[in-house]
Amino acid sequence: MELVENAAGRLVPNEINGGSAHPYRGVGQFRPTGNKAAQPIRTCADYPADGDKVVADLTTALKNANLRDGMTISTHHHFRNGDKVANAIFDVAASLGVKDLRWFPSASFPCHAPVVDHLESGVVHHIEGSMNGPLGDYCSRGKMRGMGVLRSHGGRWQAVQDGEVHIDIAVIAAPTADPFGNANGLTGPSACGLLGFALVDSVYADHVIVVTDNLKPFPCIPWQIQGNNVDQVVVMDSVGDSEKIVSGTTRITKSPDRLLIAEYTARFVRDAGIMRDGFSFQAGAGGTSLAFAIFLRDMMIDAGVKARFIRAGSNQYLTKMLEEGLTDYILDGQTFDLDGVRSMRENPHHQDTSPFTSYNFHGKGCFASMLDVVILGATEVDLDFNANVVTHSDGRLLHGIGGWQNCLAGKCVILPIPSMRDRIPVIVDKVTTLCGPGELIDVIVTERGMAINPLRQDLIEALAGSGLPIKPIEEIKREVDRICGGKPTPPSLEEKVVAAIKWVDGTVIDAVRQVAN
Amino acid sequence: MSGKNKPTQQGRAEAGSRGPSIRSDCWVQISLTDSGGIDLTLQSKVESMYGQVTRELVANVLAELGVSNACIEIEDAGALPFIMAARIETAVRRLGANVGAGYLPEFGPGTQAATDRERFRRSRLYLPGNSPKFFINAGLHGPDGVILDLEDSVASTEKDAARLLVRNALRVVDFYGAERMVRINQGDRGLEDLDAIAPHNVHVVLIPKVETPHDVQQVDKRIENILAKAGIDRDIYLMPIVESALGAINAYDIAISSDKIVALTIGLEDYTADIGTARTDEGRESFWARSQVVNAARAAGVQAIDSVFSDVANMDALRASVLEAKSLGFEGKGCIHPRQIPVVHDALAPAADELEKAKRIVDAFEEAQAKGLGVVSIGSKMIDPPVVKRAQKVVELDRAMRESSQ
Repeated sequence: MELVENAAGRLVPNEINGGSAHPYRGVGQFRPTGNKAAQPIRTCADYPADGDKVVADLTTALKNANLRDGMTISTHHHFRNGDKVANAIFDVAASLGVKDLRWFPSASFPCHAPVVDHLESGVVHHIEGSMNGPLGDYCSRGKMRGMGVLRSHGGRWQAVQDGEVHIDIAVIAAPTADPFGNANGLTGPSACGLLGFALVDSVYADHVIVVTDNLKPFPCIPWQIQGNNVDQVVVMDSVGDSEKIVSGTTRITKSPDRLLIAEYTARFVRDAGIMRDGFSFQAGAGGTSLAFAIFLRDMMIDAGVKARFIRAGSNQYLTKMLEEGLTDYILDGQTFDLDGVRSMRENPHHQDTSPFTSYNFHGKGCFASMLDVVILGATEVDLDFNANVVTHSDGRLLHGIGGWQNCLAGKCVILPIPSMRDRIPVIVDKVTTLCGPGELIDVIVTERGMAINPLRQDLIEALAGSGLPIKPIEEIKREVDRICGGKPTPPSLEEKVVAAIKWVDGTVIDAVRQVAN
Repeated sequence: MSGKNKPTQQGRAEAGSRGPSIRSDCWVQISLTDSGGIDLTLQSKVESMYGQVTRELVANVLAELGVSNACIEIEDAGALPFIMAARIETAVRRLGANVGAGYLPEFGPGTQAATDRERFRRSRLYLPGNSPKFFINAGLHGPDGVILDLEDSVASTEKDAARLLVRNALRVVDFYGAERMVRINQGDRGLEDLDAIAPHNVHVVLIPKVETPHDVQQVDKRIENILAKAGIDRDIYLMPIVESALGAINAYDIAISSDKIVALTIGLEDYTADIGTARTDEGRESFWARSQVVNAARAAGVQAIDSVFSDVANMDALRASVLEAKSLGFEGKGCIHPRQIPVVHDALAPAADELEKAKRIVDAFEEAQAKGLGVVSIGSKMIDPPVVKRAQKVVELDRAMRESSQ
């Protein structure tokens, strides 16, 4: 493996876990050709004619799937921090004496901390997927045998369909399923709304197992996952901890500073002329994003403006906007509370989506680039508006990319972020890890003022005379550095690359280095 | 919150706060030793970013305080330098050490702003004096004034700590144009507060529980002495707080007790307790006292400012309360949460028809001035000078409103 400089000036590996890797070439520059990966041919004569694919338990299913050393196992994060299935899979693998698995989750959460033991014992070789919390920490300290690979939601779909990641066994945890393998997330004790992150796995994996705690007679309707792609069905007592899946406690931030940031952001969207009849926006489920949506809602009512669609992360506030007629549709990637689940179940204008429809670089278009404005977060930004979402300023890997990179395709990208977190400045000379190129990031909104990317002269002109505290990003940085007692010392990191950060097209945009011990 | 260690020459003292919920603060424990220099154990959330500068700061502060041999332990949850310096100084003072003037951080940008007797005091945001995490962004929310509070929001065991923290904040924190106010304690403790804070560009001192002119005059005198001694030629204005039956009875005498007074205000929690009743939303029990304060203030030619509104979650009730206060003659309201500020400003803004009328009067006045006429009139109607003055104020208020919100 060698480190090569990519188009963003970052040193990245040209080989990842034995496979070759392309360095990032710039936005929209990498256009591979050829055919997509293909599935193995299956024949329905080999499956039960009565449609009953239920097997005794997870162990039986994994044995039937011929689980063996070195395979790639995929799981999904629809249950977020309440998932019980991924840990169960690796416990079975350990009991069967299987080693060196590659885990390919759509994201991992703190509830997956037990996987650290399986990494230590050799059952799991490495993780390719966003690593949150303890697993990110483990990876940061250089303890994982293979290199971590972080991809966006769209990038995960791209990696599978382009044959970069071949999934041997996909295990799809489903709130409701039938014996044929049709499944959805709308009902059942572990209801989570939708199963969009598992869709690619169901289509491309060699072997697909659906695991549920709510088995219904055929047909399970709607079939967000089609049983025709499913090999086996397993019933478990409980697949998730519902309190942690959709806590129903998505709350607006109470922090006056974050509320101020959210209000500035909404005023920006209004005063830039983005908020007009038929517009679209995407806002996440973080406290500041929720507050943004509420401020925007009030402004939309005042102005008599209606959106055509909201892309979400749905929650009670966005659901209310749909029900009040402030938007025609919600195009939903994942539901964050029970109101979102209910709305998706009952309201035909609340549509479930997948990374294919919304984010896939190798689709024939995707929704992300059609959005008028997207509201995202970041751990750091630099003076060129480059942003980091995966590592903290001390270099530790603590967050996933999610749909963040994909959303940068939106027409106006705004990052509402505090200018400092305690004594940690958010605007730095150079981001610790580059996740999104500055040319795609238009506005930074902080409590100390907002900065517009000089590339967006149109926005600068549109906002002149708005009364919003618009200033050069350098000015905000200077003030924060002064308050904090000088520029922070950059983290001292080891040479060793512990994880690669993929761009939406599959190229490597940056590498995460081991933190100093 | 710590502070249980009593100052002893030979013992250990601590200051600040620690624990999982603490942020932007630190905890310091120190014991003086006979030799060996400074032995620092630093555990910091921002070690990788600011470990080195933090160690330098600790060394500088201790040197300035005259401490050359000590064991010092610091748990840092992202305290800004002025906060950490105050915590260290508090701990050293708690040992009974003579530290002279203490460690005074350099004045920062924005801290030398002047104020104006007549400026608007529509909103004043209370900041608990020993909770540093609220200081740094307070001015961003656009209050007319910030009050660094040394009185009721500070535990009696932490008064010494809050005093140093507030002093350092006055020297370092940019409140972005908000008037810089401090609420001192009652009586002798309040006079000692003045020693710590008066030389550091305080604009207004709020004096709690004022009952007689003497309560104001002793503060006035003390400030005069401190400023003279420090060679500072600048007024510090006063805002007495009436919080008792006696204070309400004496309101006018209080309002004219010093020419430094710019506003008179009322504290309703203590007042209602003093007259033996409970505070209600409706406020019938305090109607007389509030009107008394308005009339006393007007008679003395100073501003009348209402009490705080304490239900931070109910913005509709806040708005109603401000409108009611405005109807009684008050010009400002106390805030305990930054999100109350825009609501207060909005409610105090002139209504459209009020503004329209005021603009016509001001135009007529200016026209009369230009023509050298002594009498202002609109059509056949003569306008009296107090009406002109009020109209000018309304127009000015509208301008302030638009500046602070857009």
